[in-house]
Amino acid sequence: MSSNVTRWALLLLVLLMLPLGAWADWGALNMPKGVTQISNEVYTLHMRIFYICVAIGVAVFGVMIISMFLHRKSRGVKPADFHESTTVEIVWTVVPLVILIAMAIPAARVLIKMEDFSDSEMSIKVTGYQWRWQYEYLDSGVSFYSQLDAEHNRARQQGADVDLAETFPGTSFNGVEDIYLAEVDNALVVPVNKKIRFLHTAADVIHSWWVPDLAVKKDAIPGFINENWALIEKPGIYRGKCAELCGRDHGFMPIVVKAVPQEEYDAWIADKKLAMAQADSDQDRQWSHQELVTAGAQVYQANCMSCHQAEGQGIPGMFPAIAGSDVATGSIDKHIGTVMDGVQDSMMSAFSDALSDAEIAAVITYQRNAFGNGTGDTLQPTHIKSLRAGDTLSAPSNVAAAQELNTTTGVN
Amino acid sequence: MSYNDVTHHAADDQDHDHDHAEHGPAPGLMRWVTTTNHKDIGTLYLWFSLIMFFIGGAMALVIRAELFQPGIQIVDPMFFNSMTTMHAIVMIFGVVMPAFVGLANWMIPMMIGAPDMALPRLNNWSFWIMPFAFTIMLATLFMDSGGPAGGWTLYPPLVLQMGDSFAFVIFAIHFLGISSVMGSINIVATIFNMRPPGMTFMKMPMFVWTWLITAYLLIATIPVFAGAVTMLLTDRFFGTSFFSAAGGGDPVMFQHIFWFFGHPEVYILILPAFGIVSSIIPTFARKPLFGYDSMVYATASIAFLSFIVWAHHMFTTGMPLAGELFFMFSTMMISVPTGVKVFNWVATMWRGSMTFETPMLFAIGFVIMFTVGGLSGLMLAITPADIQYHDTYFVVAHFHYVLVPGAIYSLMAATYYWMPKWTGNMYDEKLGKMHFWISTIFVNVLFFPMHFVGLAGMPRRIPDYSLQFADWNMIATIGAFGFGFSQLMFVYIIFKCVRGGDKATSEVWEGARGLEWTVASPAPYHTFETAPVIEPATVTR
Repeated sequence: MSSNVTRWALLLLVLLMLPLGAWADWGALNMPKGVTQISNEVYTLHMRIFYICVAIGVAVFGVMIISMFLHRKSRGVKPADFHESTTVEIVWTVVPLVILIAMAIPAARVLIKMEDFSDSEMSIKVTGYQWRWQYEYLDSGVSFYSQLDAEHNRARQQGADVDLAETFPGTSFNGVEDIYLAEVDNALVVPVNKKIRFLHTAADVIHSWWVPDLAVKKDAIPGFINENWALIEKPGIYRGKCAELCGRDHGFMPIVVKAVPQEEYDAWIADKKLAMAQADSDQDRQWSHQELVTAGAQVYQANCMSCHQAEGQGIPGMFPAIAGSDVATGSIDKHIGTVMDGVQDSMMSAFSDALSDAEIAAVITYQRNAFGNGTGDTLQPTHIKSLRAGDTLSAPSNVAAAQELNTTTGVN
Repeated sequence: MSYNDVTHHAADDQDHDHDHAEHGPAPGLMRWVTTTNHKDIGTLYLWFSLIMFFIGGAMALVIRAELFQPGIQIVDPMFFNSMTTMHAIVMIFGVVMPAFVGLANWMIPMMIGAPDMALPRLNNWSFWIMPFAFTIMLATLFMDSGGPAGGWTLYPPLVLQMGDSFAFVIFAIHFLGISSVMGSINIVATIFNMRPPGMTFMKMPMFVWTWLITAYLLIATIPVFAGAVTMLLTDRFFGTSFFSAAGGGDPVMFQHIFWFFGHPEVYILILPAFGIVSSIIPTFARKPLFGYDSMVYATASIAFLSFIVWAHHMFTTGMPLAGELFFMFSTMMISVPTGVKVFNWVATMWRGSMTFETPMLFAIGFVIMFTVGGLSGLMLAITPADIQYHDTYFVVAHFHYVLVPGAIYSLMAATYYWMPKWTGNMYDEKLGKMHFWISTIFVNVLFFPMHFVGLAGMPRRIPDYSLQFADWNMIATIGAFGFGFSQLMFVYIIFKCVRGGDKATSEVWEGARGLEWTVASPAPYHTFETAPVIEPATVTR
């Protein structure tokens, strides 16, 4: 009776494995070899220890299976009564030890190489934010933020009802790399064949910058700087993820590294510098109300929407609403303070570093006019700029509370 | 001690008992509230753990349901994070640990021939703290600021972003810790003081040995954990900055302190399982445990090593090279004593006369699948490779292999093995075997694919993933629901066995060895009121 159960179970096991095996994507099973010397060496170590484990497994399970077949009572076997042997104990202590030493030596060698940061040719500071990355090219002064692409961001919202396979084609079955949740607005562009030193830190919580193809993973820790390096040999696009739980949108801060030839990289740096100068001058001009609202909507989608939701309704108990909230319809100075400095001991982080003057002005203008808030307020980038310069002036606002404050302090 | 001393001692005991004139359980519900009987308290622990197993399992199913397909369909990412966090806390502190303490309560006195635990009132207290602590812990899910969502490792600064319900989480952890430490003190006191004459240390069953060592691990590490969470509490509410660089602290220091607790904790979750399997395999192989002495030394070595490997959880935090090398080598060393244990189990089976009743099936399932988890652990020890594996599903696969078909399987094996002793009835063998096979198929469908998605680059603790991981995640979810619902069979089998069935003999199993099989089935409310006489030739393990 009971051997029937066993037989049926084994049959079921085999039947179950067959379709699963045919169905599954066998191309995406293993660690990538990657595109650096280190990543290749790591891959070799990985395969070596894997084969050692398989060999141990086959030996141990093989003996067990033979024993389970031969030494069963139903075959009329009488039990032996040996129960100790110092010799075999020594053997199976020493043999694994020798295998381990044989494994430890190459592993230590690769590790020592990974930790050698000397002779780097350029440095990039990578700062983790909830939930985006900032890249600062320390040699050229170029700096920008990189976050999940807007289209992907819309698709991953709860109830977005997007056909992912159709919207983000190029997928698992044919070995083409899919990009759902792996695309950013601004990729990190780096030159090939240069030893790049990465400096990792974070602004709020711990993140971890991981690009499998470079065999690079290092925690970004607020208040501390970690080092890391990569020398990419092949031009291409290499995708990675944040690997350390960093809050609600931990799964949605991908990394894209674009490795290009040196000339292309130099041209890109020059373009980027020009664009930064342009953006800088934008901070100083007067913006129209409509311009700010339009720009603000984009900033909102990229930075605020995942918590405060598309209609500013928030999630009760977790993320406060912006629609009709005291902050967005009350004193504009408090509103600016909330956005720039965050809220202590909460998930509302400080955006003063993450966003430019124009972006802060735009998103605040947007929030005060969208979602039925309708204050009619317009906040200029120049005001944020003067705040940063240490000015304490209140911003102009149509809201009574703010006006009251203005009259009492005699400003405006 | 001479034989006369033993009988004299026993007579004293008898007199003592007569003073109380209390031989059976108190009637009604108050029996369970006021009980100081090790068997009652063991039963309470085991039922509690079974209930929590389904609560933690339901959370796992929420996680797997959300991961069934790419995209976010069911829960908000914040609640998803709460589920991963709570699932771990419930399974570790609410299922595996209490279940082992329950087994210790039931079995240790009966295995060493003691009438009860050394500290019966403390015993009652250490159980009854737990339901309240977990009520508080689970209640945070219904509070305004939600349950903890920063992972069970509680890393700051992330965990400090939690709302005011954080205080309840810390409070609950403190009480769970107090419960564990009291339980451990009780176990140590029992093993040291309650052994009858002749029951030397090297005559103790492996389960007693593994628990003795586990109890020391708990006493040594829980206070460290308590210190760490207290520092989190003051950082969050009282303006200290132990873990904030802005105030001169260091977030990584928390990780060091946490894992100084956390790594021995991993062995707390597995050493008693080693003890259970070391009891079951000899019984069904009808052959004594191979290499008992080396098993004891291996267990002690694992316990010692568990204190010097903690930073292998932190290879990506930017440790100095010397630190990385040290922790790589020390971690690799652990596989030596662990290997010795596995080899000893195999040698115990070799040339035995085996039968495959349900406990044996679960024990063999344990040895094989725990070894799979152990081998992936060896891979994780290789630091350069770990930098790729770290915080991916490969790690999730690894620790679930050692904890589910590892620790949980040992608990199921133990339940089937000793249930006839507890209830006096045999469980339904056919159903038990079905339970084993169905669980084993699904548990592999659930966890094996996680190795693949992890190696291919899927990070852990994410509610949504790239399309390339879709197939394996769907398979894993099918496995999860299959495994989860097949555990209802386990409950059914337990209920059926408690209510009736073929009567068990006192020996229960043909090859059973040890004092617990010398008392009647079901075990009387009080056993070994008179200390048993242990001669050098008495078989106690």
